[in-house]
Amino acid sequence: MSGDGYKKISNSMDITWSSVKSIIKKWKVYDPHKRTISTVEHGGGSILVWGCVSAAGPGSFVKVEGNTNAEKYHQILEDNLIQSARELRLGRRFIFQQDNDPKHTAKDAQKWFKDNKVLQDELNRKILDSLLDFTRKCSSARQHSDWASQMRANEIPTAALVLGVNVPDHDITFQSLSELLHQSVTPHVASVEAKECGALKHLMKRVLERLMDTVVDDDEEEETEHTSTQLHKSVNCSLSALCDWYITKTKKSSSGTPGKKRSSPAEHERQQQPPVVIIFKDLEAFNPRVLRDFILICSRYIERLPLMFIFGIATSPSTIQRMLPHSVSSLLCIELFQSLSCTQHLATVIDQLILTPQFPFKLNAKVMQVLLSIFLYHDFSVRNFIKGLQLALLEHFHSQPLSVLCCKKKEALLNVMQLSHRDLERIRQLPSFKRYVEKQESQEQVNLITDDSHLKETCRKMIKGLHKYHKNYYPILKCLHTLTSALPRYPLGKQIRELHLTCLEKNVWENEDYQSAMKLLKMLAKDDLIALLQRCGEILKPVKSKKMKSTAFQLEELLTKFKQLDTVVSEMAPSEEDSITSPIKNLQKKTDLFQLQKTLLEMNETRRSKKLSPFEILRNEALEFIDSLVKSHLSPPESQTLHEVCYYSSSATVRRHLNATPRTSIQAALSSPYYYLQNENLKTEDGTVSNAAPDICIAYKLHLECGRLINLYDWLEAYATVVSAADGNDPDSDGYGKVDEVKHARFIRSVSELEFLGFIKSTKQKTDHVARLTWGGC
Amino acid sequence: MTALLQHPGYDEEKLRRVAEQLPCREVQAGLLLSLMGEPQQYSYPSIFIYGHRASGKSHVLHVLLKELELHHATVSCVECVSVALLFEQVLLSFFGCDAASLLPRSPSLSDFVRIYRQQPVTMETSSHQTVVLNPVVEDNVTVILLSEIVWDKFRPNTGCFEPLLLHFPDYSKGELQQILSQDRHPSYSAEFYSSYINILLGVFYSVCRDLRELRHLAALNFSKFCEPLEEGKVKETDTHKLWRNIEPHLKKAMQTVYLREVSSLQWEQMQLMEEKEAGALRGLSAHTHVELPFYSKFLLIAAYLASYNPARTDKRFFLKHHGKIRKTNFLKKNEKTSNHLLGPKPFPLDRLLAIFYSVVDSRVAPTASIFSQISSLVTLQLLTQVSHDDQLDAPKYKCAVSLDFICAISRTVNFDIVKYLYDFL
Repeated sequence: MSGDGYKKISNSMDITWSSVKSIIKKWKVYDPHKRTISTVEHGGGSILVWGCVSAAGPGSFVKVEGNTNAEKYHQILEDNLIQSARELRLGRRFIFQQDNDPKHTAKDAQKWFKDNKVLQDELNRKILDSLLDFTRKCSSARQHSDWASQMRANEIPTAALVLGVNVPDHDITFQSLSELLHQSVTPHVASVEAKECGALKHLMKRVLERLMDTVVDDDEEEETEHTSTQLHKSVNCSLSALCDWYITKTKKSSSGTPGKKRSSPAEHERQQQPPVVIIFKDLEAFNPRVLRDFILICSRYIERLPLMFIFGIATSPSTIQRMLPHSVSSLLCIELFQSLSCTQHLATVIDQLILTPQFPFKLNAKVMQVLLSIFLYHDFSVRNFIKGLQLALLEHFHSQPLSVLCCKKKEALLNVMQLSHRDLERIRQLPSFKRYVEKQESQEQVNLITDDSHLKETCRKMIKGLHKYHKNYYPILKCLHTLTSALPRYPLGKQIRELHLTCLEKNVWENEDYQSAMKLLKMLAKDDLIALLQRCGEILKPVKSKKMKSTAFQLEELLTKFKQLDTVVSEMAPSEEDSITSPIKNLQKKTDLFQLQKTLLEMNETRRSKKLSPFEILRNEALEFIDSLVKSHLSPPESQTLHEVCYYSSSATVRRHLNATPRTSIQAALSSPYYYLQNENLKTEDGTVSNAAPDICIAYKLHLECGRLINLYDWLEAYATVVSAADGNDPDSDGYGKVDEVKHARFIRSVSELEFLGFIKSTKQKTDHVARLTWGGC
Repeated sequence: MTALLQHPGYDEEKLRRVAEQLPCREVQAGLLLSLMGEPQQYSYPSIFIYGHRASGKSHVLHVLLKELELHHATVSCVECVSVALLFEQVLLSFFGCDAASLLPRSPSLSDFVRIYRQQPVTMETSSHQTVVLNPVVEDNVTVILLSEIVWDKFRPNTGCFEPLLLHFPDYSKGELQQILSQDRHPSYSAEFYSSYINILLGVFYSVCRDLRELRHLAALNFSKFCEPLEEGKVKETDTHKLWRNIEPHLKKAMQTVYLREVSSLQWEQMQLMEEKEAGALRGLSAHTHVELPFYSKFLLIAAYLASYNPARTDKRFFLKHHGKIRKTNFLKKNEKTSNHLLGPKPFPLDRLLAIFYSVVDSRVAPTASIFSQISSLVTLQLLTQVSHDDQLDAPKYKCAVSLDFICAISRTVNFDIVKYLYDFL
């Protein structure tokens, strides 16, 4: 089946859990030998099945109950895929580990992930801080006893936290938020999700459980063994219970530290009455009725219990008004907090993790493109983007043996010396290395191919070169971006990631957009240009490499020249006038027509060339300088020798893992069972199906040859013929092609399986026909 | 005033205190008192009190029962999700934990009655489960039900003992003025505050008669009202100048604070700021923009088209060669009503995806993340699932966004949605 065949199908197919299960079962029976993890899933809106199959047997198999959303899906991905990948590939990895010491890779990856975490925290810092301020302010406002705040006391302070539609990312934010609240404001924080609070009772129960840290009695559940009865037995699902608990708690804590005197009474007061914070993680998903009732109840207790809400909102704050009637929203004192947009968020992540020479691991253009398109087209989730990076990292260190060199410069140089003969052979096989060898002289070529120690020496040089390349690449990239992002209509992209992509793909200076950008730059006004160059200088300054230092120095010089220009201009002006006026004088003298023409042309020429003011000359000089920088440092990584060591390039793997296509998998399984089953008998020429293929594959292949309506009997006969051939019956014998009971049953089963998979359905037009649901070349 | 609350069996002094706390509700209080009778008399078993929000129902009862020291329990029926909770709360407030802990795990009504002794009970309710209570407990108990809804809505179809209905009418403007003037600021004179209330009511009375809300607004804006006074520009008696100062301010408050566009805390901060800066603060509904991933936008557009176009017109809109469907044939006479007036219609998943694939420019693989985006849109309440969650085969959805919203979304992806809508053909 061709890869695009399925796209022509306009109907979507409905696949039920059982059908997928049955296919999986078959795969198990046939014991597949394929050495990759293939995924099978279906998310027809209501059910999602996740599993992987490989030679080591199926990976963990998960059925997701009920409706799934992106978050759930990626949870599974996270838990399952990477876990399975680790388990199943542990063996191979282990062998590899004996070859070289891979400790460094693990360490590097760890550091990378750690940086991730820090970064996430950093990004949310601002909004979290303002939220914390808000909670503090609210709790302190309660203690004030002036007239106005007394009149306002029955409102519940509420923070509406707008986080954007990237639901999978919210978890991290809320986690760090509740941690921060725990640390600095109040020990009483409970966060609830919509899916666990279908009814008011459940919501109440969750809140109480999380606040009081106990199991709350529920009518339906069995009583858990509480021996300290008096307290726990009275713990019922009501806010009054919570109130009592809170009062005893605060009393206890205040009486617990009677000896220590607080520095200020206000501080002490706050300590005594920490607010009770309830976080609603996904406001949209809550049942409005439940929420309404809960808020009504809470407002009854607000005098005794300093409650506070935080609403996590994915879409827009007007949701609150849509969900809650005025009578309820008037009980809240809502303040809005807006988090960074996810694209900004992504830009920071890319800046910190990818556009830096700090981490030797890199992505090539295609992989980058896949990850970015998943982000922009599918989920807006920074967390999934990072997951993708992690997956690429894992894959790289696993599949590329030479990734042992992908580490810090010092270690890499050490590792080069420890390379075994086999690894060196691998290096010789690298395309980039082959290219390098071809360029060398013949003696050198022989040396490189035969002499291991010489190769090691060269490798060390190359690794150094690669690191240098990285060191220079990113600052220059940033400079170019600052220059071009100020231009109208952004010829090289608004975001630095776009520029980075074009640079990764090919020589950026051959790009048309680059040329037009340069033209636009040549028209920049003086002040703008100076400002931009100054910013470039600021980017270049902190870079430590020698080259960059010298470029920074050169840039400085250019800038000073620009500044001196003002003084120089006044001196230059008269001499310029001289040169222009002189030909005019000549003009008046001579009257010959040819001469006149000549002088006029000359004049034109000189005027054009003379038009260049000293500023313009300097501008051109500056831009040529930038151009030379770009040409020397922004060449694509493919041009570097040994780039395979650091650059992960298998975009197909990443795509397959992160953006799985259930229907393609099913059709691949049906049209070429060999792909999954790896049984030699099933191996066939393109487009045909072997007789020995599973029943459903034969039925599927036969149904492709039919029109919109399929006559079941004809189908059965054709099926019986194919199957008889598989049984090895003599074509001339009587029984050949006859339909016996077993064949009939097998046929019916495969037809109903196809119906399950959504390829056919029964039709009312003709009783002995079924209707085909798919079209096109599949 | 006190003359109204003459009732045998109660202390004069107490009655006077009650009357003081219940301005403008003397008639109702008197009626209630006479219904309950003297302390030793048997009272009417159940009374149903209804009236709008903040018309003093619970306040009157609370004051009466507290000041006259009647034994009572107050229960909110919203809070009592189960009967057990209700029983427990009643017992708890009458007899303390001991009695409440006697209740078995899932108590029945007879369990409750067994534990119960005798005292009058009041209940604040908005659901009818408590109605069953009164005939069973053979004691001097009065169940008082408070609600914003009329009794007819609660009447169980099996029939029950009809309670006495008592209506609390809304406060009139004068009454509101009288009540609001009571919580005056301690540092200002009563007349001054009363004139402030007068101005406030002049602005807000036409839109809001909710006492609680008015009280809230009064508290919020009072500091602004006092501003010229503090600065020494005007005297307390110069009402006209004060009015000129506060009136535009109150009008602004009506649009923001009253609609909860801006929280009271932010409003207070705004008052401290200069006029110009205050404009920067936007209300809740100003943020309607929603950022969505690229394909989610198209999925939403496809869902909108599927919801508002009849299914038979899909051929015309989304097939390149749709044959000889002429516009005249195509527009049926009986379909003159706009689909936008009728609201969104449910559509199956298949149709959504078919439209989606034809609407998106590039070729999209039917990956798992496309499906998961549909469910994400459902959780964001931009789509709603019509069929039950358990239906695996052909889930049906409805689009839950407005035309404005979808127009804004389609503008960001350069898709002219109006061209594809049957209503605007």
